[in-house]
Amino acid sequence: MRPNLRVLSILSALLILVPLVVPSWVVFILTKALFTFIAVLGVALFLRGGQVTFGHALFFATGTYTVGFSVKWFGFRETLLLVPMGALTGLIMAAFVGLIMARYRGVFFAMLNLAFSMILYAILLKLYWVTGGTDGISVGTATFLGFPLPAGTYPFYYFTLVIAGLITYVVYRFLASPLGYFFRAIADNEIRIEYSGESVRRVIYLTYILAGGLGGVSGVLGAFSVGHVVPEDAYWVQSAHFVFIALLGGFEGILGSLMGAVAFEFIQTYSSKYFPYAWQLTLGGIMLFIILFRPGGLWAIYESLASRFSSKTEGSTHG
Amino acid sequence: MDIGLFTIIIFDGLNYAATLFLISIGLTLVYGVLRILNISHGGIYGLGAYMATWLTILLLNKGLPPYLSYFMLLVGAVIIGLITGPSIERLCLRRIYGSDIHIQLLMTFSILLILEDAMKLIWGVEPWFMSEPYILLGQFSVGQIVYPRYTFLLIGVSASFGVFLVWLVRGTRFGKLVVSVIQDREVSVAMGINVGLIYTVAFTMGALSAALGGAFIAPTISVAPGFAAEVVVMSFAVIAIGGLGNLEGAVLGSLIVGLARALAIHTFPELELAVIYLIMLLVLAFLPQGLFGAVEERRI
Repeated sequence: MRPNLRVLSILSALLILVPLVVPSWVVFILTKALFTFIAVLGVALFLRGGQVTFGHALFFATGTYTVGFSVKWFGFRETLLLVPMGALTGLIMAAFVGLIMARYRGVFFAMLNLAFSMILYAILLKLYWVTGGTDGISVGTATFLGFPLPAGTYPFYYFTLVIAGLITYVVYRFLASPLGYFFRAIADNEIRIEYSGESVRRVIYLTYILAGGLGGVSGVLGAFSVGHVVPEDAYWVQSAHFVFIALLGGFEGILGSLMGAVAFEFIQTYSSKYFPYAWQLTLGGIMLFIILFRPGGLWAIYESLASRFSSKTEGSTHG
Repeated sequence: MDIGLFTIIIFDGLNYAATLFLISIGLTLVYGVLRILNISHGGIYGLGAYMATWLTILLLNKGLPPYLSYFMLLVGAVIIGLITGPSIERLCLRRIYGSDIHIQLLMTFSILLILEDAMKLIWGVEPWFMSEPYILLGQFSVGQIVYPRYTFLLIGVSASFGVFLVWLVRGTRFGKLVVSVIQDREVSVAMGINVGLIYTVAFTMGALSAALGGAFIAPTISVAPGFAAEVVVMSFAVIAIGGLGNLEGAVLGSLIVGLARALAIHTFPELELAVIYLIMLLVLAFLPQGLFGAVEERRI
């Protein structure tokens, strides 16, 4: 997949400059959008291969509780080390769960992921002497090389932005690798993958591990951004948010997930202001609309607009 | 393990199994006919529970004889089944038959989200209690164990609905049509079978099963929002163990899951959900099609 450089540069310029001129609550929302985007990338990876996961919060919660335990047991809040730690715990979790998951596709893949995340949720809820139960663990303020990095401020925002940029690059490289193309091919024709000399299980397993690592990183940033980790991080509603964003943004282009994440945060903010009791109804309704009428999500809308305006200079921007 | 605990686990297990069977038989029927895993099943279950509770409370407040409450449970379930079933099938699912699996999963999932909030908007977020049908039947004792008779009613309703569905599919002309639609949709259309109608009826039967499950479990629990996902995950475990789309498999699946859950709750309550999935994974590791499922050829 070829990186769409024009969109990339416009989006990064926006993400770097916009926070300087908007009120601070928008900075907080953009931070949330960025770390959610990292987790959604994992869900979008699966969707490109025609697989749905209703349990990606499993890895998000792995990341948040990595921070939770690190703070609770060691009082350690150094983001520069905790972000790789979160990636590692996410990878390890995915390496174990993936052993089972690599055997399944379609309905089973979706439901088993949901099952695993609900098991983690139940464990986090019930082992309250370790996890604090429903109260969760308060993680306080992150540090960066010893300096405090309070949530909702510019330093934390730009730190998250840098991590998100690195992750985007990693995922681009993955999608451009043979493995990335093979995973995409699972949706079309599995047997041809094996004819090409690649094991389908290996492709799913490695993609699963990558997605797990992304979830872990996202969890670490999420924990510090919210300042609190709770069992709900692993709950199916959290997974539903990830799936919603992947679908809203459209999973054909990576940056679709970013558009989706930003749009989602604003929808959530305004929806909880105007329809506080109909949040899931709003999500479900928008999802139904996208599935029925705009299956490519925001990304496809952007692409059709872009090709309409610049059909003279370049062809389709499909990757 | 002493004999008292053992008896309780058996009774509890049968109790869970009866509820699980009532719900999962619909899920497996819908999967068998429509080839769609209906994730919104859990939402229909919740609506059934709320409707039945609300109607029964309405009845009791009017001062009508409390024995009518059993009838109200049934009425509540039928109302929900007949409203949600055809409307979901006709308005949403009809447009995505033959789409990719992930589209179908996402669609039923978004319907689940909508139903979850519909419950909260109609009946509020406070839990509802209605235990009259449960208390009316009284209790019986085996040795020192005292157990509610309502369990028998639950098992009875569950078994009769199961028998009804099996009769419908195996013993009637409608059932023969269903089987032919499952075998080959296009040929069935060519032979003049109204495939759309078959799908609607099959999906409505599935919705009815979920609503009945919700309605008849309602007197034993406090009806509150938020359990829909757990229900659909558990009943998926049941039908995955029995084989997706297999009616008899659901019986065995729900017995296994029900007993395992009762055992876990009385010995290691922390492991309740984990045990169910462990069993499911064990079964699937050795029999990927479940205990009774037909071997599916790989998609090319």
